[in-house]
Amino acid sequence: MSFIRTGIERSQGNGIAAPAAIRSERTRLVRAGFIPLVDASVLIAASEFGFAAREGIQLDLVKDVSWANIRDRLAFRQFDIAHMLAPMPVASALGLGSNPSPVIAPFSLGRGGNAITLSVQLYRRMQAKAELDGREDALTNARALKLVIDDMRSKGEDLPILGITYPYSSHNYELRYWLAAGGIHPDHDVKLIVVPPPMTSDALSAGVIDGFCVGAPWNMLAVEREVGRIVAVKEDIWPSSPEKIVGTRPEWAEQNPETLSRLIVALDRAAEWCDGHENRRELAQVLAAPRYIDASAGILHRVLLGKFTTDPDGAERTVPEYFSFHRGAANFPWISQAQWIFSQMVRWGQATYDPRTSRQAAAAFRPDLYRKALGSRLDIPSNDSRVEGGATDDGFIDGTVFNPLDISAYLAEFDIPTQVPKAPEQTVV
Amino acid sequence: MKTALSIMIFDENRIRASIIEEGLREAGHDRVVVIHDIVGLARQIEVISPDVIVIDIETPNRDMLEHLFQLTRSVRKPIAMFVDRSDSSSIEAAVEAGVSAYVVDGLKKERVKPILDMAVSRFKAFSRLQQELADAKSALEERKIIERAKGILMKSRKLSEDEAYALLRQTAMNEKKKLADIAQSVVMAASILGG
Repeated sequence: MSFIRTGIERSQGNGIAAPAAIRSERTRLVRAGFIPLVDASVLIAASEFGFAAREGIQLDLVKDVSWANIRDRLAFRQFDIAHMLAPMPVASALGLGSNPSPVIAPFSLGRGGNAITLSVQLYRRMQAKAELDGREDALTNARALKLVIDDMRSKGEDLPILGITYPYSSHNYELRYWLAAGGIHPDHDVKLIVVPPPMTSDALSAGVIDGFCVGAPWNMLAVEREVGRIVAVKEDIWPSSPEKIVGTRPEWAEQNPETLSRLIVALDRAAEWCDGHENRRELAQVLAAPRYIDASAGILHRVLLGKFTTDPDGAERTVPEYFSFHRGAANFPWISQAQWIFSQMVRWGQATYDPRTSRQAAAAFRPDLYRKALGSRLDIPSNDSRVEGGATDDGFIDGTVFNPLDISAYLAEFDIPTQVPKAPEQTVV
Repeated sequence: MKTALSIMIFDENRIRASIIEEGLREAGHDRVVVIHDIVGLARQIEVISPDVIVIDIETPNRDMLEHLFQLTRSVRKPIAMFVDRSDSSSIEAAVEAGVSAYVVDGLKKERVKPILDMAVSRFKAFSRLQQELADAKSALEERKIIERAKGILMKSRKLSEDEAYALLRQTAMNEKKKLADIAQSVVMAASILGG
C-alpha cells in the first residue's frame, strides 16, 4: 500500500514547477453549516454525489440546531458558508437582531417547501363555522380562520398561538402574509412564537401552539401523527417567495474568489440533479441518514415529490413544484427578492423604510457573484431585479404586485396593517 | 455605584448548570438563577430581569430567545454577547466551548467578561469530565476483553497467565496494533471457532 502512495507522491513532485492551472487543482476545504431540513438538499447532494469533488471542493457539512448558532458560527469563522434563511443576510445588512455581522447571498437554494399547519381541532372548528368540505384554497382557509377568531374573541376565549422558526424567516413573513390576506392581524388577532421545527408536532399535540409555518418535512409529520391539518403551502401564498440561500462572509468571498466560483458551479450542478424527479428517491435515502435530516426516507420521498396527506382523514394533495431546486432560475439571488423581504420587515415594524436602508437591504443579495461563476446562459435572467408576482403562474395570494422601485406605494396597498408600525431603534453596529 | 449583576443560566443539562452556578457563586456573584425548562422562560426573564443570560449553544431553543428579545421593546434589551467584537478571541473560545451569552445593552464589557470566561472554563471542564468518563469506560472495556483473551489462550495453548499476556503483547507489537485489538481478534476467533 505504502509503495503505491509513494509512487503518486513522486509523480506529483517531479521537480518541475506546476503551472497555475494545475496548482489550483488542490482540494479546497469548505466548511458549511446547515439545519436539518429538506431545503438543505442541494448542499447535501453536492457533497454526497460528487458535484463538489468534481470542482475540487471538499464540503465539510456541519449540522446545527438553531439559526442563531448558524449566524454566529459563520460570523466567528467556524463556517465558511452556511445554509441560511433568505431574510438573514437582509437582517444583517440592516443591523437587525443579535450579533448582526455582514453576510452576503450569492446563491439561492431553490423555491418551495413551506406549509402552514393548524391543529386538527382548530381546523374542524373552521369547517363547522365556514362550512368547509376540505377542498378549499388557502385564501378561503384564512378567511375561515378569521371567522373562528372573531367567534373566539366574542366568547372571551384565548386567541390562537402560532409557531414560526425565527423572527427573520420566510416562515414569519409567509404566515403573516397569509393571515393578513384573510383579514387577520398577525400581531393583534393571534400570538406568534418561535418553535424549533423538530418540536412543532410535539408542541401542537401538547396544545402549546395551535398551528405553525415551517419547512418540510415537519408539516407532513404533524399530519402523519394525526395532530395537524395543512391549510396552505408556500405556492399558494407566493410561489417565488425566497426561502433558503447560501450565505457567506463578504471577506471570505473576497479572499477566496475561485473557491466561491467553483462552489457555485458545484451547487448549480447539484441543484439541477436534485430537480430530476427520477433522482429524488436516491436523494431521499441520503437525506434520511441520521447525520442529515434523520427522518423516514419514505416520507421524505413523498415530500420531495410534493405528494402529501393534508388531513388525518386521508385528504391528499399534490403540488408538483413543491420543491424547485433549479428550474425557473430558482438559484438566482434576485435583488428584487431581497427588497421584498425588506418590504415585509417594514410592513411588520422590524425596520423603517428609507431609500438608503432599501439599498443596504438590496446589497445583501449578490447576483454579480452568481453570474461571475456561471457566465451567461439561456436560463440565467438578464436583469438582477424584476417586478415580483406579476407573472400569471407566480402571483401573490392577495393579487398584489411588488414593484421594487416603489416600496412605499406597495406598502400603502395593504389593509393590514392600516399604518406601518414604527420600528424599535436598533443597536448601532 | 455598581450593583451586583443578576445572572441567569439557562441549561437543560442540570449537572453542567450547577457546575457553572457554583463557579459564579465562588467568584462572588450571589444573584444567580438557574433555569432548566424552556416552559415559562419568557415570564422568568421578565420577572428576574437578568443582566446576563448564559445559555448552552446546543439548545435549539436559542432561536426562541432571539425572538423574545426582538419583541422586547423595553430599555433592558438583552443582546448577544457578540455585539462587542473587540475581543474576538474570547468570543471564539466561547463559541467553541459551546457557550452563548446575552447581556443587557449598555453593560460594560469588563463586568461581563469574567462571567463569560467562568462559564467557558466550566463548560470546558464539564466536557473534559464527560470525555474522561467515556475514556474510563472504554479502558474498562479494554481490560475486560484482554482478560478474556488471556483466559482463552491459557486454556487452548496451555499457557500461564504471564505467558498469555506476553504472547498478546508480542503479537500486538509485531502487527503494530493495539493490545486490545489483538485481544478482540482472539476473542472473536475463539467464538467463531468454538474455542
